[in-house]
Amino acid sequence: MTRQKRSHHKLKRAVAPYLYLSPSLLIIGLLMLLPMVTVIGYSFQNSAVLRRDPSFAGLKHYQAIFDDPVFWASLWHTLYFTCMSVIFHMTIGMAFALMLNSDRINPTLRNILRVLYILPWLFTAVIIAVIWRLLLEPNGVVNSILMQIGIIGSKVEWFSSPETALHAVTFANIWAGYPLFMVSLLAGLQGIPKDFYEAADIDGAKAYQKLIFITIPQLMPIIISISLLDFIWTMQVFPLIWITTGGGPIYSTEVLSTYTYKLAFSSYNLSQASASAVVILLISLGLTLFYIRYQKAR
Amino acid sequence: MTFRLKPAMLKIAAAAWLLGATGAMADTTLEFTQWWEPELPAGSLRAIMDDFEAANPGIKVTLVSGPYATTRDQISVGAATGTLSDVVGLDGAWVNNLNAQSALADMNPMMDASGFDKSQVADIVKVDGKAVMFPVASFVYPVFVNLDLAAQAGVTKLPSTRAEFLEAAKKMTIADKNQYGWVLPLSLQTPSGVQNDMMSWVWASGQSMMANGKPDLEGKPVVDMLTFVKSLNDAGTISPGIATKTEQEKVEEFVNNRVGMMIDSLAHVNLIRKRNPKLNFDLIPVPVVENYTGKRGLPYASWGIGISAASKHQEEAWKLVQYVMSEKVNAKLVSLANAFPGNVNAKPDFVTSDKAFGKAFEIFKTGYLANEFTGLPVAEDLMTQFDVQAQKMLAGEQSPEQAAAAAQKGWMAKF
Repeated sequence: MTRQKRSHHKLKRAVAPYLYLSPSLLIIGLLMLLPMVTVIGYSFQNSAVLRRDPSFAGLKHYQAIFDDPVFWASLWHTLYFTCMSVIFHMTIGMAFALMLNSDRINPTLRNILRVLYILPWLFTAVIIAVIWRLLLEPNGVVNSILMQIGIIGSKVEWFSSPETALHAVTFANIWAGYPLFMVSLLAGLQGIPKDFYEAADIDGAKAYQKLIFITIPQLMPIIISISLLDFIWTMQVFPLIWITTGGGPIYSTEVLSTYTYKLAFSSYNLSQASASAVVILLISLGLTLFYIRYQKAR
Repeated sequence: MTFRLKPAMLKIAAAAWLLGATGAMADTTLEFTQWWEPELPAGSLRAIMDDFEAANPGIKVTLVSGPYATTRDQISVGAATGTLSDVVGLDGAWVNNLNAQSALADMNPMMDASGFDKSQVADIVKVDGKAVMFPVASFVYPVFVNLDLAAQAGVTKLPSTRAEFLEAAKKMTIADKNQYGWVLPLSLQTPSGVQNDMMSWVWASGQSMMANGKPDLEGKPVVDMLTFVKSLNDAGTISPGIATKTEQEKVEEFVNNRVGMMIDSLAHVNLIRKRNPKLNFDLIPVPVVENYTGKRGLPYASWGIGISAASKHQEEAWKLVQYVMSEKVNAKLVSLANAFPGNVNAKPDFVTSDKAFGKAFEIFKTGYLANEFTGLPVAEDLMTQFDVQAQKMLAGEQSPEQAAAAAQKGWMAKF
């Protein structure tokens, strides 16, 4: 083989993987990178989308949203909504997974519970929002039951009162999202070798000690992975909040997604909406990098 | 013979090709974007367009139809990119933004050139002196009264003034039975309650929320309206859940005998009858301030029509607009939509065949259409801002004067 042929062959070998990857790269570029870059571009323009000749705005729109107290309230609400959701998704998911994995429960009952517990996962966000609006409306079932058993003295406007609205939407989201944890943790629980528990029994370990020293450490990789993913997804929840409260009353459930939506489609300020979207992107990106690093470390 | 014919035929063919290529013989195809088609009986708008095509040989109409929100977004983007359809269905709340983008044609010169009788149209929406929209069909918002609840409460005379309305609402309210006098939807998801259920009180009394083209929310009319709404709330006559209630929920509560009175679109009459055929209700104009005897402003939402400034076929587009606004066609269209006509001479058939619509038509004819959000910049955003301040007031966080002042400050920033 001549030197020229050898170098040609080398080049072909080097290029071949990229050629195989090119259709995927093209699709990713068109469907993910291009919209992202476009929105980033809009955030630096005046009258983005609405004008054919938008001028360069620098960081003006970022400055405007950082000066807006509603943005900071939205950020705080987003963090509260996300953190509470993830914590309770994990706690409830773990409790139900342990219950479904327990030998002490009758197998028939276990199968029924398995179906019941996974039900919230089968509903779309819109259906969940409608269900909870009906349940929590002032004349709804929840108020009626709570009044009958004497927990509340008068009707509570769960979604319409600034004091309770954020807790109410967070509660609805917790109900909607725990099955992800439950299913993932149940799969993890079934993968823990029985020998560990037998050895612990021989050592005289109590149930809570087995939970703390065997179950949780064994499930830790799943808990961290799912928590990070849940954090990223919950931070971007829109339809549930939009349909239940629309971000109100008085901005009390305004989160970054509803704040951005209103800027874009109520104020038609697509430049500021883009700046807000970029902020959400940066927060999500930070969490994603954290997730990728964690996965690599494993 | 053959020898002589051939060059002649070739010439004719060449001329035909040239004419076709230059468009002289080609049909003009107008694109008409609107959200009306899905809301009308299937095929009915297409049938009207077919009639137009038959009456105007050489002009074809392509309907681009979608739900309201999709159409709104499509028109916004089309205006920005210069790809707006030749003829566009418009909501009055959009025209200011579209005009700012120079996306809508001024129809004044077209009206003058064609000798169009301006007196035949109910309204011409103008922005900066440019005639940019005609309301084609108007959906007015009277007060619906549950006559059975009124009778049970001892309300013998239906309210005509605000004071009478408050009294009637108080009488109809039995909170223990989940029954209330009035319903006010102020969800931020769709803040149109500000326009339909709050500002309608101002317009009904011939008043205005504007002064010299600028917001005047701190003026007496708006502050009085806020004070009145607050008094209804303080008296416990408004169905709870105001801050998240939507228009659909408002209608549901009325249908289910849970509220005695609501301000709502006439377009919902058939829906209400379908949901509760036994419901005994009547329509009245929105009550006015004491001693007001002038004409009543009637809040409305409309299907408007306009022409794209970028259209290459404005002459043909104007023909379509004229056709839709003509007496017979307009009557046909609004009869299908259960709306009131944009042409003052058109009489929809339902007003004679249906008592409720007939009554509403009388209210419509004795009053005037009033919706000051039409033509304002970012109208939905203005409603959202007012909505938030009204919610704060109803939550007891501020007075009507403070709510009006805060909303005024927010609105001024948008003008």
